[in-house]
Amino acid sequence: MADVLERVTKIIVDRLGVEESQITLEASFKEDLGADSLDVVELVMELEDEFGMEISDDDAEKISTVGDAVNYIKSNA
Amino acid sequence: MKLQGKNALVTGASRGIGREIAIELARQGANVAVNFSGSEQSANEVVEEIRSIGCKAFAIQANVADSDSVTEMVKKTIEQFGTIDILVNNAGITRDNLLMRMKEDEWDAVIDTNLKGVFLCTKAVTRQMMKQRSGRIINISSIVGVSGNPGQANYVAAKAGVIGLTKTTAKELATRGITVNAVAPGFITTDMTDKLSEDLKAEMLKQIPLGSLGEPKDIANAVVFLASDDSRYMTGQTLHIDGGMVM
Repeated sequence: MADVLERVTKIIVDRLGVEESQITLEASFKEDLGADSLDVVELVMELEDEFGMEISDDDAEKISTVGDAVNYIKSNA
Repeated sequence: MKLQGKNALVTGASRGIGREIAIELARQGANVAVNFSGSEQSANEVVEEIRSIGCKAFAIQANVADSDSVTEMVKKTIEQFGTIDILVNNAGITRDNLLMRMKEDEWDAVIDTNLKGVFLCTKAVTRQMMKQRSGRIINISSIVGVSGNPGQANYVAAKAGVIGLTKTTAKELATRGITVNAVAPGFITTDMTDKLSEDLKAEMLKQIPLGSLGEPKDIANAVVFLASDDSRYMTGQTLHIDGGMVM
């Protein structure tokens, strides 16, 4: 599942207009990558589409870093 | 035609103001999902009328106060049309009573349909509209939501709530190309107002500077404006279509 990070990275780069080098597992969407709340909602929507899964509102609220997203996808996809 | 090829969902579209809105959107070129709660036959008549204009339409039963029902309605609309460009939150009911006599279930029923229903339908279309990077949400409030009205504590609270919800939704979604505005009708001739007593109607007429009741068409015209590019630079506003009752 190494490519989960690659796919997540591509979505984040496209959506937030950040450099690939800024994306680490520890990077927070809001604090490090300049996302606002609505950006995070949209990111989650795109991850759902990309990985063909549904992420509940409760789970989505817990996703705040790149690592959170990758881990969630790996354990639920 | 101002809405050629656009796809709309109108709640409570089988009768009254909602019916007129659905038909007027179609006259402007929009395809319309005609939501109804109980009046299937009336909804089918609206669908037939829209098809005779040359636009696509289908009737869809849903209780706007029920989350699952709303999700299913929005899903079906997207399946049928591919996009949702326009949502008109029009479904509404009344359970009038003086505050001291108002039963809790009368309060709950009106808040559920008239306020929670707007929240649920808006939430359900937002995902699609955010992806599209465009959308028009038009909430039908009421002038009594601005002015208050004895005997309608539940209805007034819900309609005032809709105005606040309109402003917040407008602020949240503005950056995604989605505008959210409300229309506050005054005294419009519909089944809902036909139920009012003659005395009350005469009393209300005195408060209308333009001197007559409004027609559902007056509201539909305002909705077309808010649904079209003509209103592109406004969001979070409430248009009073009330013959000048409240200024």
